[in-house]
Amino acid sequence: MKKSDTLKGWALASPLLLVLLAFLLLPIAMIVVVSFWQATEFAIVPAFSFENYQFLFSSPVTYKVFWATLRYALITWALTLLIGFTVAYYLAFHIRSNAAQTALFLVCTIPFLTSNIIRMISWIPFLGRNGIANQTLIGMGVIEQPLEWLLYSDFSVILAFVHLYTLFMIVPIFNTMMRIDRALIEAARDNGASGWQILTNVIIPLSKPGIMIGTIFVLTLVMGDFITVRFMSGSQSANVGRLISNDIALLQYPSASATSVVLLVTVLLIIGALMRFVNIRKEL
Amino acid sequence: MRTPNDLELAKLTKRYGDTVAVDGISHIFAPASYVCLLGPSGCGKSTTLRMIAGHESVSDGNIVLEGKEISHLAPAQRGTAMMFQSYALFPHLSVRDNVAFSLKMKGVDKSTRYAKANALLELVAMTHLADRMPAQLSGGQQQRVALARALITEPRVLLLDEPLSALDPFLRIRMRAELKRLQRELEITFIHVTHGQDEALALADEVVVMNNAVIEQAGSPRDVWGKPRTEFVARFMGGHNVVTVDGGRYAIRSDVIRIGADGLPATTTGVEYQGDRVAVTTRTATDEEIVALLPEETFFGQPINPGDAVRLGWDVRWQHPLEA
Repeated sequence: MKKSDTLKGWALASPLLLVLLAFLLLPIAMIVVVSFWQATEFAIVPAFSFENYQFLFSSPVTYKVFWATLRYALITWALTLLIGFTVAYYLAFHIRSNAAQTALFLVCTIPFLTSNIIRMISWIPFLGRNGIANQTLIGMGVIEQPLEWLLYSDFSVILAFVHLYTLFMIVPIFNTMMRIDRALIEAARDNGASGWQILTNVIIPLSKPGIMIGTIFVLTLVMGDFITVRFMSGSQSANVGRLISNDIALLQYPSASATSVVLLVTVLLIIGALMRFVNIRKEL
Repeated sequence: MRTPNDLELAKLTKRYGDTVAVDGISHIFAPASYVCLLGPSGCGKSTTLRMIAGHESVSDGNIVLEGKEISHLAPAQRGTAMMFQSYALFPHLSVRDNVAFSLKMKGVDKSTRYAKANALLELVAMTHLADRMPAQLSGGQQQRVALARALITEPRVLLLDEPLSALDPFLRIRMRAELKRLQRELEITFIHVTHGQDEALALADEVVVMNNAVIEQAGSPRDVWGKPRTEFVARFMGGHNVVTVDGGRYAIRSDVIRIGADGLPATTTGVEYQGDRVAVTTRTATDEEIVALLPEETFFGQPINPGDAVRLGWDVRWQHPLEA
């Protein structure tokens, strides 16, 4: 390649490169740097110390909280995948007209017309001790005492996560499903495949890239969340995000940074492992 | 001629709302024959094929194969197999797994189904590429795989939906010879949908010409080409002029028209060199277009240019009367 071509290439790539440098790489580098600093009750001292990491890895709380975070992520992933795949499948293969497909797809996005926080808070009057759910159930005679686990519990946290993030599963799966040649399904039927066999032998394998992209969305969103867990658990459950936010509230920036770095590495490792299973590049 | 093994369509009809795609067609396909369903796009030929395959519901009428009414059976239970226009190979499966797909669906164990798949891949000369993915194959190779996948179900009728249209002209001619060879070896019925009359003439034992949801004419290629029943067939099969003589409509082959000193006066509108022959397009006083195919030598002995006045003649025995 000629030298001027190389230069032109870099020049064309430079705006994006600069944006990524300034707003992605630099902040992460800062966090990594700060994670090695030391902090006292009243001061933050630049240093190169492994103190924060040592503390983090020696504390049983860290493992408990990371496990709790992972558990939220796994349960939310399983539920959003189940719901997301079903909805996408229905939209892609059962709705024949394009107009109805677009309309129903837009209906799926309606929850996104309000903010995350409002959507979460709107669950509270519904799930509360004297909320609509409990009153209805008592009115119907199904239960006598209000259900305590409806709100401020793992149940409500996961419910909110599923509500918030299912669309992130629906969109990529729907997208890959729409690209499946309909003749393949006819060919499968011609070869004697039942409806279930078509699903497991043709549609699921061909939807894998969409499933993988949705999985990455949901995992990263849930792993990084702190506000949903705080609101929906009534501050009774912890996850890594809350650990970080508490540190920040106490101005313990070095400790918060160290936790962030560990969280980032954990999430990257998970995604790295997922990418080994499915090549999403060819589908993007 | 009826035999116990033929495929019969009886008053077969397909309606979509108010439009009729296939209008009560009846036909008997002889066993172990190569049949081409021929017609322009939208004539109902593909719909007919898809109804036989079971991928399109039947609005009315019956499909009977070997004495059994099959129009309400699932595609795989009919004794038919379909080869799709785009081949529809499963992109996530290797060539061998594509061919073995139907056996896997039946629950046949791996070694048995691979052995059978290998045998079919051998039949279509694709053994050496059995481990490739479909995306790594050329169009012609994909078609062979699709053929093997359809044949592994041991169908009595193989349905081919414009199987050659995705190939380049050179490959098309080679593949059609191969289709014909396979059909002869396997001794099953091939029903091949096409809009190319040359393809139909080259391949078929029987040509079924469809237009506007009905069968216009069916018969041996020689009969359909040489004795077109209607003006549509004459024009669609090509090589014919449709001429009005004494109030009657006749089809006259282009290659029997002579240009000479006497006959019907006309004006030359175009001259097209075709190698062994030259096509001279003329327009008569009654505004009918007549094409004369002249042997190359004859034409260049006495060249004609566009705009020249000519006289057209033909032997009356070539005047073939048309019904419609």
